[in-house]
Amino acid sequence: MPNTFELIASSTVGSGGAANIDFTSIPSTYTDLQLFLSLRVNTTSLGDQTLISFNGSTASFSARLLIGNGSAASSTTIARYTMPNGNTDVTASTFSSGSIYIPNYAGSANKSYSADGVQENNATGALAILTAGLWSNTAAINQITLTPNAGSYVQYSTAYLYGVKNT
Amino acid sequence: MPAGSTYTPIATTTVTAQTSYTFSSISSSYTDLVLVVTAKNSNAGSGANNWRIQFNGDTGSNYSDTFLTGDGSTASSSRDSNQAEIYWGAANQASNSPSVSIAHIMNYANTTTNKTIITRGNSAEAFTCASIGLWRSTAAINSIKIYAGGTTTLTGTLTLYGIASA
Repeated sequence: MPNTFELIASSTVGSGGAANIDFTSIPSTYTDLQLFLSLRVNTTSLGDQTLISFNGSTASFSARLLIGNGSAASSTTIARYTMPNGNTDVTASTFSSGSIYIPNYAGSANKSYSADGVQENNATGALAILTAGLWSNTAAINQITLTPNAGSYVQYSTAYLYGVKNT
Repeated sequence: MPAGSTYTPIATTTVTAQTSYTFSSISSSYTDLVLVVTAKNSNAGSGANNWRIQFNGDTGSNYSDTFLTGDGSTASSSRDSNQAEIYWGAANQASNSPSVSIAHIMNYANTTTNKTIITRGNSAEAFTCASIGLWRSTAAINSIKIYAGGTTTLTGTLTLYGIASA
């Protein structure tokens, strides 16, 4: 039976924190990519979020978000959005969780992605966010960088990158 | 999910301007199915379009679905009852920018319970959505038809994976 869901790389943030999480030299031998993320940042600002970039580019991104905060649903657009970040306003030692699916990442079409992210807080301030994202660029993705919009990732934040093969 | 060798591609196809595609003779040897559709329909760019799905060739009014949708400015919820297909995913996207739709079909081979699917649809130029679908049949699923509705065609890649619990 073929192994079609393989770990490509992982990253665990150390005690000094990290300004971003970077996966480089991603091979083009898979069909799709999937990221599983557990993240927290060292800020107190509202709207903490993780933004994505491909191949070092932050241009030509768009995204539509569907947001639930425990009392209402809303929708907005934020380029490069992937998921909310747990921050110092939410329950201690609580990290946000997210997954990002990137199909046909090595193909010649523009690159779409699907992202799901949640941040629980045992109080108001919790979030569940679904995102449709697009990088309007036909280059094969060989680098993925995750960056918080404020602050830096704290120790024990983790990111796992998997490759999916359809044959 | 990182399931190692239990995450197995059953079939994959790339279609161009087809009105439908059917995965047939699906083995019952898995626990769950995952369907990944990276495609666009021939209505690219015109409002919120969904894919359709039918199981085992059943065209009766045995399907229903419930949606949660965000178009970038408004969040909404909708549902369909007693219809001949499940609406799911996101079908429309501008040229060269296929949408991403993923459906999880749980316990598809059992012959005791009705079949449910949970889905995500993503069209960054139109909307994002999550939905649940129900096929009111206890039959084991052995074929899955995906289509865009009417004469609308689909272009892109469709892959069906099987997940085995052991």
